[in-house]
Amino acid sequence: MTAIVDYGVGNLFSLQSSLRSLGVEAEVTGEAERLRAADRIILPGVGAFGDARAKLDETGLVPVLLEEAGRKPLLGICLGMQLLFDRSFEYGEHPGLGLVPGEVAFLGEDLADKSLKVPHMGWNSLEIVKGDPLFKYFENGEYVYYVHSFYARGCRESTLGASRYGNVAVTGAVRRGNVWGTQFHPEKSGDAGLRLLRAFAEL
Amino acid sequence: MLAKRIIPCLDVRDGRVVKGTNFEGLRDMADPVELARFYNDSGADELVFYDITASAEGRGLFTDILRRVASEIFIPLTVGGGIRGLEDFDRVLKCGADKVSVNSGAIADPSIIAAAAKRYGDQCVVLSMDVKRVDGTFRLFAKGGREDTGIDAMEWAVRGVGDGAGEIVLNSIDTDGVKGGFDLEMLDALAARVHVPIVASGGAGSREHFAELFTHSGVDAGLAASIFHTKQVDIKDLKRFLRGRGVEMRL
Repeated sequence: MTAIVDYGVGNLFSLQSSLRSLGVEAEVTGEAERLRAADRIILPGVGAFGDARAKLDETGLVPVLLEEAGRKPLLGICLGMQLLFDRSFEYGEHPGLGLVPGEVAFLGEDLADKSLKVPHMGWNSLEIVKGDPLFKYFENGEYVYYVHSFYARGCRESTLGASRYGNVAVTGAVRRGNVWGTQFHPEKSGDAGLRLLRAFAEL
Repeated sequence: MLAKRIIPCLDVRDGRVVKGTNFEGLRDMADPVELARFYNDSGADELVFYDITASAEGRGLFTDILRRVASEIFIPLTVGGGIRGLEDFDRVLKCGADKVSVNSGAIADPSIIAAAAKRYGDQCVVLSMDVKRVDGTFRLFAKGGREDTGIDAMEWAVRGVGDGAGEIVLNSIDTDGVKGGFDLEMLDALAARVHVPIVASGGAGSREHFAELFTHSGVDAGLAASIFHTKQVDIKDLKRFLRGRGVEMRL
C-alpha cells in the first residue's frame, strides 16, 4: 500500500486518481500507524513552506516520517520535495526535514534575465543528470509540469534531473538513499508523469 | 526552457459541450468527458472548462463531469464560469481543478482575487478578461462581453496581478469569432504591463495564427475552442508544425 500523507495541505484528488489509474493501492492518511504499515510514502504539498511545515508539525508525523524514510521509499512532490531539504527562505527562514542536503530559495533571485516570469509555470523538459530506477520508464528530455516560485539549490550531489529556465538549472528530481523528490507534479505531467509514478510504485 | 502551451476550451451547459462540435470517429463529441479524453490523447497541454449553466441542476452535472475528467485526465485543469466566492473555488478544487478562473465574479467583487490567492496560492487564481476597444482604449467588459464596465482593462489586469492573480486569460472581443488571428496589439499591451503568464484567446483560425502568436514572446499560451472542436486544426499537427517553426512545444 502507498500512503499519501494528509496534513491539510493541497489537493490530493489527482494524486490519488493517478495512482488508482495505475492499479496502485493508495491511501490518503494522517495516521502514524498507516505510514508505518505502508510499503512506500508520498509527501505532497502546495502553498507556502512555513504554513506547510507548521501543519506537518501539528500532525505529530514528523518523527514518524524521519524514521520511516530510513526503511522504505519516500517521495516528496512539489512543496513536499522542498520540505525534504535543510531549510527554506520562503517568507523568512524555516527548517525543513533535513533528509536531503540543500536549501530552498526564491527562483527570481537567481534568474539573470528579469523578463522571465516567476512562478515558473508550465511544461519544461527534464534533463536526466544521473540514472535512477525512478526513470525506468522515463526518457531523457521528456516534458513535465511545474508550478512554483521557489526552488532547491546547493543539492548537486542528490540531483537526478533538472530543467533549464534562463540561466538557472531548476532542480527537478532528487534522491538521497530511500528519499526521492520531484519539484514538478508527476500527477499532472500526462503519460510521462504516470510512468514516473509507476516506477516509484515498483521500488 | 518552458514550452508554449496549447489549450482547448470546453464550454459546458447542462452537462454538454456547446460550441460547434463536429467530430467524426468519436461516439459523442458533445460529451465533455469523451472530448477531454480525446484532447488529452492529442497532446493538449491543459484543459479549460467553462460552466455556462444557469441552473443548480446543471451545476451539479458540471461538478460530476469535472470529477470524472479529473480522475482520468492527468494534465492541468482550469475551471471557470459562475465563480463568485471562495465557496465556488472550494467546490471546483475539490472536484480536481488545479486553477480557477474568475471574470464577472471579480468585477462584482474584486476582493475575491486576494482572498482566493491567500487561501489557495497565486498559481491557482486565473484572471480572465473580456476586452474590447472603445474610444481608442482597451475597455473591460462584463457578462460574457455584453456589458461595458467603463474600466480600463490594462489597469484592471495590473490591479488583479497585484492582488495575487497568477495568470491572465485575455479574450479579445474584437477578434473573437472572426478567425482572423489573435489580437497581437492587445496582447503586447498587456505583456508590457504584467509579469505573469498570459493566455491568448479569441481569433484563432489557422495554424499560422498560432505561429504568429508565439513570435510575441510575452505570450505563454494560445487558447481556442471551435477550431479544435470542429477539427479544423488538429492539436497534434499544430504542435508539430509549431515546433518546425522553432516554437518550443511538448510533443
